[in-house]
Amino acid sequence: MDLSLLIIQLLNGLQLGLLLFLVASGLTLVFGILDFVNLAHGSLYMLGAFICASLTFLFGNFLWAVLVALPITGVIGYLVERFVARPLYTRDHLDHVLGTFGLILVLDTLAHLIWGPAGIAVPLPAWLDGQLQLGETLVIPTFRLLIIGAGLAAAAGLFWLVNYTKLGMLIRAGASNRTMVSALGVDIEMLFALVFALGAMLAGLAGMLVAPITEASIGMGNNIIITAFVVIIVGGIGSMKGAFIAALLIGLIDTLGRSFLDDLFKLVMSTDAAETSAPAVSAMLIYIIMALVLSLRPQGLFPPRTR
Amino acid sequence: MTKMTRRGWITVIVMALLAVLPPVFYLTGHAFYLDLATRLSILGIATVSLNLVLGYGGMVSFGHAAFVGLGAYAVGIPAYHWLYYSTGDWAVSGLAQIPLAVGITALFALLTGLVCLRTRGVYFIMITMAFAQMVYYLIVSIEEYGGDDGLVIDTRSELPLINLDDPLHLYGLAYVSLVVAMLLVRMIVNSRFGMVLQGAKGNEERMITLGFNVYAYRLVAYVISGAMCGYAGALLGNFTTFISPEMMDWSRSGELMFMVILGGTATTIGPVLGAVVFIVIEEVLSSFTIYWHLPFGLMLMAVVLFARGGLTGLLSRTKGGKE
Amino acid sequence: MSAVLKIRSLNKSFGGIKATDDLTLSVEQGELHAIIGPNGAGKTTLISQLSGMQTPDSGAIRFRGRDITRMAAHKRAHLGITRSFQITSLIMQMSVLDNIALAVQAGEGHSFRFVRAARRVAALRDRAMALLERVGLADKADFPTVALSHGEHRHMEIAIALASNAELMLLDEPMAGLGTEESAQMVELLRGIKGQQSILLIEHDMDAVFALADRISVLVYGHIIATGTPGEIRSNEAVQHAYLGEE
Repeated sequence: MDLSLLIIQLLNGLQLGLLLFLVASGLTLVFGILDFVNLAHGSLYMLGAFICASLTFLFGNFLWAVLVALPITGVIGYLVERFVARPLYTRDHLDHVLGTFGLILVLDTLAHLIWGPAGIAVPLPAWLDGQLQLGETLVIPTFRLLIIGAGLAAAAGLFWLVNYTKLGMLIRAGASNRTMVSALGVDIEMLFALVFALGAMLAGLAGMLVAPITEASIGMGNNIIITAFVVIIVGGIGSMKGAFIAALLIGLIDTLGRSFLDDLFKLVMSTDAAETSAPAVSAMLIYIIMALVLSLRPQGLFPPRTR
Repeated sequence: MTKMTRRGWITVIVMALLAVLPPVFYLTGHAFYLDLATRLSILGIATVSLNLVLGYGGMVSFGHAAFVGLGAYAVGIPAYHWLYYSTGDWAVSGLAQIPLAVGITALFALLTGLVCLRTRGVYFIMITMAFAQMVYYLIVSIEEYGGDDGLVIDTRSELPLINLDDPLHLYGLAYVSLVVAMLLVRMIVNSRFGMVLQGAKGNEERMITLGFNVYAYRLVAYVISGAMCGYAGALLGNFTTFISPEMMDWSRSGELMFMVILGGTATTIGPVLGAVVFIVIEEVLSSFTIYWHLPFGLMLMAVVLFARGGLTGLLSRTKGGKE
Repeated sequence: MSAVLKIRSLNKSFGGIKATDDLTLSVEQGELHAIIGPNGAGKTTLISQLSGMQTPDSGAIRFRGRDITRMAAHKRAHLGITRSFQITSLIMQMSVLDNIALAVQAGEGHSFRFVRAARRVAALRDRAMALLERVGLADKADFPTVALSHGEHRHMEIAIALASNAELMLLDEPMAGLGTEESAQMVELLRGIKGQQSILLIEHDMDAVFALADRISVLVYGHIIATGTPGEIRSNEAVQHAYLGEE
């Protein structure tokens, strides 16, 4: 096995894991605190990418676009909370799922109307578009390092916010005891809306970071949301730590499986058989991992104590 | 019991209309409506079987499109081998393909059900979704069978006495299958098994302390439902003669759920009415705009936010009725 | 007399709080053994462990000599243990008769029977009707369960517990939320059952307990501080101090 390829794929896996964490953390935050299942979370990821793409062309600068697009996705998240999620809090999960499924159709079609059916490529500034030559075959695009850096920074920021700030304290308290928090005189509706907006911004950020690599496109949110579900199921729904560990695990397993599974299979079977079966197995790999984790721990790896 | 309820009348009238109108339209030169009715009947089988777990069993499965898709591929893949690898004629026989579709989906339901049903609530929703997506990606990854691009079924299933190339025969099979599916689910839910299933939806802890192994009952219901959807998939493959992973996309599963909820869960006719309304909405809206998902999505949200009990609830709400 | 149920040194903690603390107890054949104790004494946790909804941290539960400490809840029911719930636990969407018929059906063994309509099985319906008559609810058989009063729900709970012909009934506060008259009816009902089946009764209503019980155990902070006949318990100083005196 080629060492530089392994390093590159490890970094790719880490990058995917961090993007998954940005999406999954919002999902798990909203579910843990609001007990609300938001299928349309992936649409916020998509909107982040599209808004960032448009702003990049408007400002001519990717970084400015990200800085402006972030609060915009936050506002969209707030509006979704106010008009779709809030009336459904008291309903059962089936209603959450159906209502937000409708919302996906609406948001996807709106994106289609505004930005057209084709994807939009997002140009990077020259200093981000380069590559880092670390060895003869070891070449790493600078932007991928930025994604990893930004992902780690966002994760660290989130941990700090949840564990060391007053808002974080309220969030944690609200997750375990809603009535207590409202009894403390906290505006619980405002807290919920903030959490929702925060989740939207995290998902939006992931979309913005991925857009220069994959383009902003209509179906992008619906692909990542299921993987994000796998992440929070494996991690334990409502657990931030679980989401982080599971996201990295799933990101690495998925990436490494796709690149190296055929080599592994060739050790135990014919080249032909390996080349036909490896893609099929690697496509299913993370779901098999999920099934394994669940059969051992139905509540995921890190079930939150309150549930 | 002897006096027919309003809902009973609706069931009989809707099913009678479905038996008579589409063939009449077809014979008077409106083949399009027979096509619609065929699709409706096939979707109806899928929604009726989803209703067994969703409506009567309280298991919110968001992955039922995977069963439909697997059933369709169980027709498409043997037909493909028959055409390109000269596999024996059994490969295009419906008597082999349909049991294969039912068997594979039952097996898939059993294996995933063993894991899914250990979990509750939101976990269950997400896991059924994830397993369906697994099948989606599995099919995408197999280039031999067209991957993303899908697969054309060149030869429809060959059955004794029935010629599926004849639209009337195909519709006849789909319609009769739908009626059988409705009667089958009705029989199951009224049986002792069905009472346990419904009891577990109402109060799981009570059923367990009574001595029922709720997990096993749910698993059996899940397998029956999956296998029936597999059968619907086999018919769908024969109807469209083109199959692709897109059939299993989770938005297809969402649409199936929407039909069951809209029509009214835990009723015999509800899922069929839901399918009727869905097809009408789809046809009408998509004739106005390619962006028909926008008004459709808004409608879905409106149904969830404002109409409880679905369409059947609205229709059977009689003068003295509660709520 | 032989013990139907034997509990030895049972322990269960939740995050450092001992809900069950070295608890030892037995229920004799045909006995009505009542457990009393202040709120938070761990009565419901005990019932949950006995019925299998929770697993003890240590200790042993034996039913007719067989170790059932870690046995799945539904299997215990087949052995002959039935429980009623403190908070009414019925299937509200179903009719009264359907609720009881399901309990009768549970006694048949498995219910993987798909063809015959359950509501047309005379054996189930007749037995369920007989049970409803016994608890005085025959005229409400076809009502939706949700339409009945709280007192009637408590009677349904007893009918369900009776349906299984269980050797041991675990009754979790059957008088909870009942008015004086309803409580008196319930005491009469239980007095009729007593002797035919062994009963472990958890109850707040002191009058009911002292009227019905053969033996009483006093549970305080998960530990049994005294066991004896109603007369013995009444005169026990530790009990008066820990429990009765506080009222």
